[in-house]
Amino acid sequence: MENFASLLHGFEVALTAHHVALMMAGVLLGILVGVLPGLGAPNGVSLMLPLTFTMDPVSAIILLTSLYWGALFGGSTTSILFNIPGEPSSVATTFDGHPMAKQGRATEALSFAFLSAGFGAMAGVILITLLSGWVARFALKFSSPEYFAVYFMTFASFVGLGGASPLKTIVSMAMGFALASIGMDSVSGNVRLTYEFDVLLAGVSFLIAVIGLFGLGELLQTMEEGLRFDGVKARVSPRDVLATALKLPRYWLALLRSSIIGIWMGITPGGPTAASFMSYAMAKRSSRRPEAFGKGEPEGVISPETADHAAGSSAMLPMLALGIPGSATAAVMMGGLMIWGLNPGPMLFVERPDFVWGLIASMYLGNVVAVVVVLATVPLFASILRIPFSIIGPAIVVVCFIGAYTVASKEFDIWLALAFGIVGYLFKKLDYPIAPLVLAMVIGDKAEDAFRQSMIFSQGSLSIFWSNPLVASLMAIGLALLLFPLIGSTRRGIRKLVTARAAKA
Amino acid sequence: MKRLCIAACLAAASFAVAAAPAAAWQPSKPIEFVVTSGAGGGTDNFARVIQSIITKHKLIEQPIVVLNKGGGSGAEGYVYGKGGKGEPHRVVFGTNNAYLLPYVAKLGYKFSDLTPVAALALDEFLIWVNGSAPYEDAQSYIEAVKAKPGSFKMAGSQSKDTDQTLTAMIQDATGARWIYVPFQGGGAAATQLAGGHVDSNTNNPNENIGQWKAGQVKPLCVFSPVRLAKSEPVHGGKGWGDIPTCKEAGLPIESFQMPRTVWLPADVPADAVAFYADVLEKVSKTPEWAEFIARTAQTGRFMKGKEFADFVAKDEAANAKVFKNEGWVVN
Repeated sequence: MENFASLLHGFEVALTAHHVALMMAGVLLGILVGVLPGLGAPNGVSLMLPLTFTMDPVSAIILLTSLYWGALFGGSTTSILFNIPGEPSSVATTFDGHPMAKQGRATEALSFAFLSAGFGAMAGVILITLLSGWVARFALKFSSPEYFAVYFMTFASFVGLGGASPLKTIVSMAMGFALASIGMDSVSGNVRLTYEFDVLLAGVSFLIAVIGLFGLGELLQTMEEGLRFDGVKARVSPRDVLATALKLPRYWLALLRSSIIGIWMGITPGGPTAASFMSYAMAKRSSRRPEAFGKGEPEGVISPETADHAAGSSAMLPMLALGIPGSATAAVMMGGLMIWGLNPGPMLFVERPDFVWGLIASMYLGNVVAVVVVLATVPLFASILRIPFSIIGPAIVVVCFIGAYTVASKEFDIWLALAFGIVGYLFKKLDYPIAPLVLAMVIGDKAEDAFRQSMIFSQGSLSIFWSNPLVASLMAIGLALLLFPLIGSTRRGIRKLVTARAAKA
Repeated sequence: MKRLCIAACLAAASFAVAAAPAAAWQPSKPIEFVVTSGAGGGTDNFARVIQSIITKHKLIEQPIVVLNKGGGSGAEGYVYGKGGKGEPHRVVFGTNNAYLLPYVAKLGYKFSDLTPVAALALDEFLIWVNGSAPYEDAQSYIEAVKAKPGSFKMAGSQSKDTDQTLTAMIQDATGARWIYVPFQGGGAAATQLAGGHVDSNTNNPNENIGQWKAGQVKPLCVFSPVRLAKSEPVHGGKGWGDIPTCKEAGLPIESFQMPRTVWLPADVPADAVAFYADVLEKVSKTPEWAEFIARTAQTGRFMKGKEFADFVAKDEAANAKVFKNEGWVVN
């Protein structure tokens, strides 16, 4: 109850005209930043950072976090409309969101995405409010083996997902791991796979991969198929938004499950991208009609979106209470915190309650503001699809290349994005899934580091992954996720073989 | 409060005077501040605080853009600096990694591709142990490590970087042996120590202050020639100034400090170097800078010209010796 009183105080801090105006400005800017691929939330926040030097810390963090929420929402918009994720964490939203848009259900898909995202964010903030102290203590129990177990769970849930052939999934994932290992390796301190090209020193950014594989790859395919976007005749009316909102409670189970996955991945720094992938995988596995996924199933939009935002908002807690950033954006904000004169850590809650609870209150308000603002823009965005492809297509190409350049202000990245575009096109033609590659690029190097740190801890013994109840249960869940589908399919295979033999005999 | 105002006003007045005889070279277009770490890292804070002070006091008329190029432990930023040969609008911010990185990894730049401008501060290193550990001083901890060689774990950020260099120095000087576990940064090393997963780290004050305030970690000694500046108590009535130096604590290591440095590309006009050195010197005299230094418990020390060059030569030699001993040198 003490937290509740602090929260009320926080609302007093956050609910001023000045702060609400900052939230609106932050959300609008964030949507813009999120819609442009490449110019993601981390870039947006670091661009805004100098502006906050002269603000008081509460106003500054409200502006930056609102920008973050806006960017998360904006990222989903382009995923659904153009199959181009504005943020890596909205890659999973493309799987069903874009097919829905192609069927002329863009408004429905966008509304589902935004409403469930708002729900997920709320779930995350409520958790922070109620359990901040407990979660901060729990997160301290995590060391390298536990981190590795969390990443392992994410990969395992994805390999066993089905859809494409498991072998193709593994090939795609392996390519992602290879790309993730380029550049400086922090465990050995050596440079790997750069072949003495200076441009590769910093590694290959997964943002570039996303822009190329999805954005340019999609355009190449669209060009081949006849220079038009489907779903052009989609009618757009505010009433559709409302109708979709009324349908949302039907998916209560998906919302709940995805919120839990999202929060879990947010506080054990798996991050929003891993959360959205895992949530999608779990939704498909537990669905009664898994075959509908990938073809425009609303649950396939709701699940990743809810988890993405639940993880995004709950990742603020480890940042504030432990000084571990749960996402790239949180890392930039932490830099801001230090410049404003605050030290993230367990005592921040005690020393600066006005800041912490003002921020938490602003997360409630900011997300409500964000949902209202993005819902108001749904008809606008959905009507972009009515513009002829010959106009919007070249515009997207330009935006993709500008986005690729913005990631690190490197010309090389533009060529890299083009190369990824061709790879993306080939992947689609040859029916290889792109998502596992992106997932491996986003968390592959972290998983590798965690694994090798664990090996240093244990001096080379794998038993460290069963050395305490926490890591053991995480690994057990991971193995179960990996093996159950295999067992299922082997059993089916054997049965088929047996019946075939019986038929022959 | 009044004293602060006097200091601030004096400082402001001195700018007004100093700014009048303008240097021969003046920036003619927006300036890039290249940061050789990711956003949120120590070098990032260093550069952004300077940016905010320059903006606030209008020390440079042209706008400043901060670029994070932290790939390859910062090598990316220096390579980018090398690419701006003769371009005085590209200022690179770093640490001693500017001259140490080329020793331990094959990279696309040499130290001679950079022009030294200045150093503004020395960041300190301490031995930290978990808050509930039974050790009250450095000596007893080192003895415990020596008693069980190869079972204590030291956390640090990355490999072949300052933390591991210092760990190697302590090992050489005392005969203790740790398992060194490299993490992605000082923040991770701090939480791992707070959670009791490792036994110690050698973090900078700013990287561990949050955990020290909460009593989750405690400092044993600081690798500085003299004690740190007095401060408000941080935890249990102890402040930065109460921590003994490692020399006092009986460790035969005089000092280990990391300079916060500023560079320009090679072949820039000497006027431009003088211009930036002058601006940075003014920055180092502002109350905002003093506040930043105090808050992060660094040692403020402005060095330029020969003083800076001498410091670099000495620091380079001391580190290179460790690199050779450990077999890290690649060239």
